[in-house]
Amino acid sequence: MTFSRFALPLGALLLAGAAHAQDIRIGVLNDRSGIYADLAGQGSVVAAQMAVEDFGAEEKGINVSIVSADHQNRPDVASTIARQWYDEQGVDVIVDVPTSSAALAVSDITREKNRIFLDSGAGTTELTGEQCSPNTIHWTYDTYALANGTGGAMVEQGGTSWFFITADYAFGHSLEEETIAVVEAAGGEVLGTVRHPFPGTDFSSFLLQAQSSGADVIGLANAGGDTINTVKQAAEFGITQAGQDLAGLLIFITDIHALGLETAQGLVLTEAFYWDLNDDTRAWSQRFAERHGGAMPTMVHAGVYSSVLHYLKAVEATGTKEAEAVMAEMKATPTEDPLFGKGEVRADGRKIHDMYLFRVKSPDQSEGPWDYYETIATIPAERAFRPMEEGGCPLVE
Amino acid sequence: MFELLGIPPQALFGQLLLGLINGSFYALLSLGLAVIFGLLNIINFAHGALYMMGAFVAWMLLNYLGIGYWPALILAPLAVGIFGMVIERLMIARLYHLDHLYGLLLTFGLALIIQGLFRNEYGISGLPYQIPTQLAGGQNLGFMFLPNYRAWVVVASLLVCFGTWFMIEKTRLGALLRAATENPALVGAFGINVPRLITLTYGFGVALAAFAGVLAAPIYSVNPNMGADLIIVVFAVVVIGGMGSILGSIVTGFGLGLVEGLTRVFYPEGSAVVIFVIMAIVLLVKPAGLFGRAA
Repeated sequence: MTFSRFALPLGALLLAGAAHAQDIRIGVLNDRSGIYADLAGQGSVVAAQMAVEDFGAEEKGINVSIVSADHQNRPDVASTIARQWYDEQGVDVIVDVPTSSAALAVSDITREKNRIFLDSGAGTTELTGEQCSPNTIHWTYDTYALANGTGGAMVEQGGTSWFFITADYAFGHSLEEETIAVVEAAGGEVLGTVRHPFPGTDFSSFLLQAQSSGADVIGLANAGGDTINTVKQAAEFGITQAGQDLAGLLIFITDIHALGLETAQGLVLTEAFYWDLNDDTRAWSQRFAERHGGAMPTMVHAGVYSSVLHYLKAVEATGTKEAEAVMAEMKATPTEDPLFGKGEVRADGRKIHDMYLFRVKSPDQSEGPWDYYETIATIPAERAFRPMEEGGCPLVE
Repeated sequence: MFELLGIPPQALFGQLLLGLINGSFYALLSLGLAVIFGLLNIINFAHGALYMMGAFVAWMLLNYLGIGYWPALILAPLAVGIFGMVIERLMIARLYHLDHLYGLLLTFGLALIIQGLFRNEYGISGLPYQIPTQLAGGQNLGFMFLPNYRAWVVVASLLVCFGTWFMIEKTRLGALLRAATENPALVGAFGINVPRLITLTYGFGVALAAFAGVLAAPIYSVNPNMGADLIIVVFAVVVIGGMGSILGSIVTGFGLGLVEGLTRVFYPEGSAVVIFVIMAIVLLVKPAGLFGRAA
């Protein structure tokens, strides 16, 4: 009986210590009312809750609470909320944050306050490039990965001449620039580009210009409602039927859902996640949909789940929530979860995993609601993202 | 083949035609605004939200009741028009004796509430609505592929615009309406129910917005913000045409669609602002608008 006499107080001591050190507060900061509300929004909160539950935080003596707020896609609003969360509400880690400008603002503040920022929703490569931060991990995708996936693979499949329809602001320009680099490196050529006002409603005029260029592929360097309307109107003007391919450079499964397969069929796009990839993703997505009004998760939701899970593992392993130690642990340990499989977090804060090139199914091919993609190619993690030495991140020697 | 400023004429014709199609929406929406402002003196900021409701009602009819596009073209404006009349009776009617600004604030608030409710219920990505099968496909005009549906939009819009103008300017009913706004007391003394006339007018203006919404549903995304994106441009059209001028709103609606279409060819980056530049110039040179009478 000597054993239990020792074990009991020791266990109690450990538990007390754990409870003291591990009161975690997660802030889900994203768009809850604007154009990204469906692809991030409340779904990201659901994903974070699922990560906490699947990790078994409570049984492990880690007390996690989740707060959420709407940043309205505005960097000023995002900054104000982030400061308030860090200074007044004891938030330890901010997750999601779509909209590149808002994400960069939150990254700066997180560094200043020495907390942790796990971005899933934003696209800018700056987060792991010149503006990289020791406190930030960019989880799900970036514009390089999308350009690389769609641009490279399309050229390989014979789509060598391109015309771009580009949203006339920083995001659109950089997406266009990155894709052009990939297309030209793969041996393709660019016949022309047209810049449309952001946000736009009618794209028929730009589509006609793209059509008369005679390019094999029309690249859509825009996002959200703009992409939806461009694809819709391309179908209407018979552009895809006439043999030109449409390549969406930033398009999510919620956009395909809004378009309907009749309109979106044949569109080629790159994503990091699809609910119907394997048994694990199907099982998880089913649980997600039950808690989120029947809607399947986007890759942004999946990224929030995966990043929160990896963060909690690191907190458990280090027994602290101090940013430096947790970040070191997160970068040192390979990631593994049912959604992205195995992966890793690089020194520049880029989390890498396989990316997928999908083609949208036709209504005949689809067997039910949300059955939208067929996989054309898997881009292995090491080729999917920008090489670390090309990013110019000061954290990389 | 000759070229005009570096653009082949085929491309130019195509773009002009597209401009005309966009102009159809501007004309329909600004017409509704002009009717409401001209006869009720209310700056109806909820117009964009009601246009959005038109598209959503068409979507609901199809998805909940299985009612297709053609009946929706009548039913949706009717439903939204009735909704508009209820709003007019319950709220807007209380503001007629106050400054324009109160009506503007009330309708702006209503627009935010309506958009918010739809956003909560249907999300932001938008809902699919297919082009009716009778109008699927298109014609190859040689210089461009014209989808049948777009041709229909221009025709429908022209018919409705002309019909509205005719009714207000050339019929007895229109004469009564105009008289009722000039001098409600006198018209009332002739035994005409003026408040009812005004309610019906508001309902009609709203129904025009909803009609435009149904027309837009198959080509633009049916989403809660679709009206908010368009309404600012439409207000500019109304200001350029002259607040309250029926003919002005129709002509400028189509005209500005053409100007915007041309800008998309020569300087696409400027196509979002060209209408506002014209508005600024018109306000400087002719503050009452191109077709407006100076107050």
